[in-house]
Amino acid sequence: MNASENKVPAGWSPRIVAFFCNWCTYTAADLAGVSRLKYAPNVRVIRLMCSGRVDPQFILEAFARGADGVLVGGCHPNDCHYVEGNYKMLRRARLLRRMLAGMGIEEARFRLEWISAAEGEKVKVVVNEMVEQIRALGPLGLPGRWAEWDREVAGLAERVAAVEAAGVGEKESEVAHG
Amino acid sequence: MAKPKVAFYWCASCGGCEETVVDLAEDILGLVEKVEIVLWPVAMDFKYRDVEALPEGGIVATFLNGAIRSTEQAELARLLRRKSRYMIAYGSCAHMGGVPGLANLYGREELLRFNYEGSPSVVNEGKVRPRVEHEEGGHRLHLPELHAGVRALDQVVEVDYYVPGCPPTPLVTKAAVGALLEGRLPERGSVLAPDVALCSECPRRESKPVDLALGELVRPHQRVLDGTKCFLAQGVVCMGPATRAGCGGQCMGGNMPCTGCFGPTSRVRDQGAKMLSSLCSNLGPKDEAGVDAVLGGMPDPVGTLYRYGLAKSLLRRKVGV
Repeated sequence: MNASENKVPAGWSPRIVAFFCNWCTYTAADLAGVSRLKYAPNVRVIRLMCSGRVDPQFILEAFARGADGVLVGGCHPNDCHYVEGNYKMLRRARLLRRMLAGMGIEEARFRLEWISAAEGEKVKVVVNEMVEQIRALGPLGLPGRWAEWDREVAGLAERVAAVEAAGVGEKESEVAHG
Repeated sequence: MAKPKVAFYWCASCGGCEETVVDLAEDILGLVEKVEIVLWPVAMDFKYRDVEALPEGGIVATFLNGAIRSTEQAELARLLRRKSRYMIAYGSCAHMGGVPGLANLYGREELLRFNYEGSPSVVNEGKVRPRVEHEEGGHRLHLPELHAGVRALDQVVEVDYYVPGCPPTPLVTKAAVGALLEGRLPERGSVLAPDVALCSECPRRESKPVDLALGELVRPHQRVLDGTKCFLAQGVVCMGPATRAGCGGQCMGGNMPCTGCFGPTSRVRDQGAKMLSSLCSNLGPKDEAGVDAVLGGMPDPVGTLYRYGLAKSLLRRKVGV
């Protein structure tokens, strides 16, 4: 079973968590807003001071809590307000995409983009493109997959409880030692 | 006064944790004097029935090592949980899924096919696989079933304390047993080891540069390593910055980098992601091609960053297998 074979629930639409840096990409998203640019409503934007603040744990946690995609936006190289933050994110992103591939998460579900404060249009293009790509992949739906996976343990617990409730007397007679 | 009852049990593990208990050497005699062992399948003959016959809470502490891999292990974990006042996850596998947790990168069918048919060392013309039910000469056998994935102990039952390590060192074991017997236990759910990163007790700590700016990554077998200098400064991935202290830096002593068996500190949610973050911050290049070239020195990111912790990572298992 992979994501594309996953049953797409009725009414499903991609859910993307976006981490935008305060100085460039968040401002660009703001610009897109005041410029009345229309883009897909599937992103939940989280504003951080710098893309370098995006701990890979945040990205994994977003997926673990049900995001279908994660978008990180930062300043163009050489433009970082904190000089080096976006380079740190770039390096993390390069290793993270390999790690995510190893964990069976498709490449298009994680994206890093450099979007300056003036590029409201780019926010629109990137978001729309990502929503379409993820729509084609289908839901990642980790919480649902895990609930299904955990049923094997819960099912076992019920079975054991039933056996114990039914067979206490029988067990006693079976073994007589000690 | 009756001696406190203690149980040792192993699930999906290599046996190293059991060795550590034996490794207490003469101290084990002191331990055996103070407690009554009610279950220890690797060393003594007890039956599950003996455990079932004990009252609820009749065992003071169960030291359970190994990951939960099969229905039998999950059942025993439950039984022992019910009978024990303290359930202690002993060693990396019970703590975080351990090396067996890496099996979460494969599906059950894939694993069975390889191990019973595909592996080069297997001769199995009939393609026989273990079955849950079997009848032979009028006797009906019931065998445990392989779970779809590997779990850490606390993903199956509630765990009171964790003793980390692959295997836990005799020192942390002794400290844990002592704390238990003398009632000096910290807050429930604690890992019984220092809550700081391993770098803090590393003998090479002084040689770690402030700015690493790594230009290459190598694996330990690719280079003759300087026995005194920080591994990271030598371009070798050392999990020290993302791993809990308490082992005494034994691997460093053997001129090998840390692979992360003590797990993360309490402030970290995901050991692998945290290490990824730290390592990547410390690379030199600032362009995609340059970064990729350095990171090419780490051929297996999942296996390197989650050698012991995949089952307890935020993603838990490979998607879609």
